[in-house]
Amino acid sequence: MMLGAGDPLLSGKIDLTVVLIVIGKTVAVFAFLLVAVMLYIWFMRKVIADMASRVGPDTAGPWGILQSLADGIKLFFKEQSVPDSADRRVFFLAPYISLMTAFLAFSIIPIGGQVSIAGHQTYLQLADLPIGILFLLAMSGLGLYGVMLAGWSSGSKYPLLGSVRASAQMLSYEAAFGLAIVGVLVQAGTLSTRAIVDKQAWTGVGSLGTWYVIPAFVAFVIFLISAIAETNHPPFDLVEAEQELVGGFHTEYTGIRFAIFYLAEFMNLITMSAIAVTLFLGGPAGPSLGFLSATGAVNTWLMPVFWFVAKVMVLLFGTVWLRASLPRLRYDQLMDLGWKWLIELAFIWVMVSGVIIVGRNEGWNLIAVVPLSLLGGLGILGVLRASMPNRSELVEEIL
Amino acid sequence: MVTLVLFIAFAIIALVGALGVVISRNPVHSALWLVATLLSMAGFFILEGAYLVSAVQVIVYASAIVVLFLFVIMLLGVDREESLTDPLKVQRPVALMLGLVVFALLIGLMGNHWATGAQSATAALESGDGGNVERVAREIFTTYLWPFELTSALLVVAVVGGVALARRSRRAEAASEVAQ
Repeated sequence: MMLGAGDPLLSGKIDLTVVLIVIGKTVAVFAFLLVAVMLYIWFMRKVIADMASRVGPDTAGPWGILQSLADGIKLFFKEQSVPDSADRRVFFLAPYISLMTAFLAFSIIPIGGQVSIAGHQTYLQLADLPIGILFLLAMSGLGLYGVMLAGWSSGSKYPLLGSVRASAQMLSYEAAFGLAIVGVLVQAGTLSTRAIVDKQAWTGVGSLGTWYVIPAFVAFVIFLISAIAETNHPPFDLVEAEQELVGGFHTEYTGIRFAIFYLAEFMNLITMSAIAVTLFLGGPAGPSLGFLSATGAVNTWLMPVFWFVAKVMVLLFGTVWLRASLPRLRYDQLMDLGWKWLIELAFIWVMVSGVIIVGRNEGWNLIAVVPLSLLGGLGILGVLRASMPNRSELVEEIL
Repeated sequence: MVTLVLFIAFAIIALVGALGVVISRNPVHSALWLVATLLSMAGFFILEGAYLVSAVQVIVYASAIVVLFLFVIMLLGVDREESLTDPLKVQRPVALMLGLVVFALLIGLMGNHWATGAQSATAALESGDGGNVERVAREIFTTYLWPFELTSALLVVAVVGGVALARRSRRAEAASEVAQ
């Protein structure tokens, strides 16, 4: 068992303290995610209200900050109905699959730096797996079951349509999503999230250039688009298009099970933002407070977490902005974007950055290699685009 | 000790899942049991130190492939309980016999290394420079490059063939009807 191989906590002898620290970290991360979801929902409603010149939630607590808590308590005590035609066991199972995978995916995120708890050195991160980022792909793949089974087991039309849509969408964008991650892994040369973050560590303003958002900008853009599609967030929320599908896969769910789906959805959103921060924006890297001791509690515990949370919040604000301003895509636009643009661009990006990295390692002339590989990539893209049937041909074929 | 407990737990899940696949009358339930088996297989791979294989097992088999199974089951609406009358009477005894043969072979292979090579590749995987993933990648792209590329070519051919079959245009269909 070498699952935690990267974490110094698990490299020594595993005694009771170590087990307690791991349990403590698990509970802390879970609580962190729950509170984050609660605050995110409130924040989203407030910001959207502002953008629409409304007031938004303002009654529960100061600025309505307890609104999500009130909603959660209300949902907890509501009646939970089960349709007669439902497949009961699967119907009960589905929300928990969603929740579990959403939570597990977050466990690989480095939240802070290396700290010392009760005499043990450890990372502020639940698990530093050797397969690292592949675990995220595994969890987002398994998370699909929650959505799919929820729709199927409801035994009703609209949820089934919603879940078929969801699985088609998530499978399609999983390809672009995975390739975008490969696009940055090629440059990082490691799968471990901790190692990726370490490569972007803060040593001064110059280390902004080592954040993969700059050397892997194309991958960053593809990652953001496909991550938003993976989480079924607007403008890709065809899965729960109210006008067409009532509520999509969770139409038949009520009470706390419905709340769990919502919780999982927002957890996924936060996880995706956190992954984007980890892969492209340096994770917990950021300037520490110079006037305090570099080994003091503030600079080892607080500042990395502060930078991590701040960066995640910027991205989360972006998602709220998308929700407030963009209309939903049509289904064919969604599929076109995923299959005809993002996947190809991601493939070409992987090839181009592979060539550049080999060129750098072999000592080729980079001034020649970089433009040539870009040109080659554009050439391949041009050939691919030209070989695709155009719209009129497709329409003719269907008619 | 921990390894043994985990192995037994995963083994129980795998066996129960495998039985569930066969016994369930509802195809969707069968697919879910299959997921349980595949996930516990991933657990075995982790116990053997093969992290990459374990991740691939979950990403490719437990999620992508079984999700596609479910997708087809849902789209085709075959998620009703099937009748258990057998159109081919010979099937069952032959299946039973073949199953017994495979089982006997497996039991036979357990004690013999002539077919599988020496047991426990764990040490080889964990020693040396680079992690598990890097070593697998290096093997695939150096020693086994040719079979790897052949396999990928095979997959591409299958996909292109599938698309070509599925996307026969209306005009071609009309032409073939006229020809008949």
